[in-house]
Amino acid sequence: MTPTDTLRFATRAATGYPLRTALMILAMSIGVAAVVVLTALGDGARRYVIDEFAALGSNLVIVLPGRTETGGVGLTSLISTTPRDLTVQDAEALRRAPFVRRVAPLSVGNSEIAFGGRLRDVMVLGTNADFRELRQFGMAQGRFLPAEDATRASAVAVLGATIRAEMFGNEPAVGRMIRVGDRRLRVIGVMEQSGRGLGMNTDELVIVPVATAQAMFDTNTLFRILVEARSRDALAPTVQHLENILLARRGELDVTLITQDAVLGTFDRILGTLTLGVAGIAAISLAVAGVLVMNVMLVAVTQRTSEIGLLKALGATGGSIRLAFLTEAGLLSLAGALAGLGLGHAGAWGLRLAFPDLPAWPPDWAVLAGIGTALVTGILFGVIPARRAARLDPIQALARH
Amino acid sequence: MAQIELEGIERIFRLGDSEVHALRNVTLSIDAGEYMSVMGPSGSGKSTLLNLLGLLDRPNSGRYRLEGRDVTSLDADEQAEVRRNRIGFIFQSFHLVPRLTAAENIALPLMLAGTPVAERNERVGRTLADFGLAARAHHRPDELSGGQRQRVAIARATILRPAVLLADEPTGNLDRTTGQEVTGLLEDLNAKGMTLIVVTHDPVMGERARRRVLMEDGAIASDTTGAHAGRNPENVPVSGTGADG
Repeated sequence: MTPTDTLRFATRAATGYPLRTALMILAMSIGVAAVVVLTALGDGARRYVIDEFAALGSNLVIVLPGRTETGGVGLTSLISTTPRDLTVQDAEALRRAPFVRRVAPLSVGNSEIAFGGRLRDVMVLGTNADFRELRQFGMAQGRFLPAEDATRASAVAVLGATIRAEMFGNEPAVGRMIRVGDRRLRVIGVMEQSGRGLGMNTDELVIVPVATAQAMFDTNTLFRILVEARSRDALAPTVQHLENILLARRGELDVTLITQDAVLGTFDRILGTLTLGVAGIAAISLAVAGVLVMNVMLVAVTQRTSEIGLLKALGATGGSIRLAFLTEAGLLSLAGALAGLGLGHAGAWGLRLAFPDLPAWPPDWAVLAGIGTALVTGILFGVIPARRAARLDPIQALARH
Repeated sequence: MAQIELEGIERIFRLGDSEVHALRNVTLSIDAGEYMSVMGPSGSGKSTLLNLLGLLDRPNSGRYRLEGRDVTSLDADEQAEVRRNRIGFIFQSFHLVPRLTAAENIALPLMLAGTPVAERNERVGRTLADFGLAARAHHRPDELSGGQRQRVAIARATILRPAVLLADEPTGNLDRTTGQEVTGLLEDLNAKGMTLIVVTHDPVMGERARRRVLMEDGAIASDTTGAHAGRNPENVPVSGTGADG
């Protein structure tokens, strides 16, 4: 038998029993779809978190008060409390380090914003002009904070998109005076909608000069200092320089420097493992589908006993019968895998529709592994039925109807 | 040298503790182009003999030479090749593959032999025409009458021009008229030189054969040649006698 004939014969055999074939393909496709959807979910979560951090900019060093870790980075290093304060002066000192392009001090507090009788709680972020470029935010209206001395408490504010919408509605915001806490500030700009941020949604922020925020909250501590290196390659020497400066200023290194790479690496590892885990669970359903292939093919051999006997009487070798049944199992698995791929992509699409924030795309490796596993299990589990068919005694096979 | 030579063939089936002697010391010699019927009561071993002749079964002892070649010692794949090229089977229940059309059923031996598609189609087309099945080429077996089904089966058995045609109750599932048609078809093929061996219960059919072998209890009880033979008795050389076992 030529390969083409084997393929055609197997195809005809598969299509000759539509219900059996459909059920078989369904089982296999559910297995593959499970792999696709679950890995899409896992990988989507991974990408979501990574995008969150990537939004910070990739050459970023985050300086936070307190020495929480000696190596590596955990979640705690992002939320730990302050043993000794970071100050605006520290931030200004860091600006003088080589390879540093931008430095943005962050001071954060809760207050309330009032305009025209409307009032709401708001998170106030004190920072400087570098912050916008460092975080790559766009302006919807007006301009960002002016570049000025860090100690100057200008009475200006930049609003997040949501705040603007809630406080001003359709009215123009730029140029109006608002009250934040006990201070009257002039709105000089409105941020573009972004929705992203490290634990804070920029759309819901009021951004003021760092000195204004510190005066408002009566403090001189900083929440974080963000430092942007000139390039990704300069990141390591930059961290070294920053540590040296801080060590010289403070006598001891009681701060933690986090590079985005470290954070990303950690999350990448955790969530990558998670994805692999759910993929493994989904793979079990593929193994179940494989057993089903075997079952169905064994039934097919029984169903077609007299046909196999006939083929032998017509001079088919055991080898060609084995190959025909293996091909059929392979075809069923392939069809199931492709159907499952479609199903899985539809499921992932549904996930993305339901959770727009979650980039639930199945990773390529999972798609390939899903199809590969389906094919391998299908063919592997097809071996026993195929061998049984090939070994069938033609006389007994012909006697059966 | 005869086309088929059986020598001291024994075939024993084991059913639990008991042994069934399906064939006892069968020695038989059949020349090319003979027309032979094998008759006998159920369980007399005639089907076993046919299976053995068709290389679907192996004897426990004895020798089977087909066209001068000892075929009992061949391995399974070699036997399959001999079946494919030298032997045609016709069954009582036709044994057509239900999901394949008449043309596809007829093409099966060519497909198994790996004949190129173009040549295959051409030969199948010719065969369909020869057997008066051209109009039914694309019908599936369940859309064909019994006679048509058996004609498809015969076309399939003979498309590779085998030397020996083995028929097991070829008219058993057919009515009288259709049965006669099919018998005529088989005898035509025999007249063209194909050795025809028919196993049957039907004395009318059995009597038509030039050579008639009667089996009883696994052994050849009688082996007669001549008298009320088929259409062209002169074609068939008289030779070879079975040894009574």
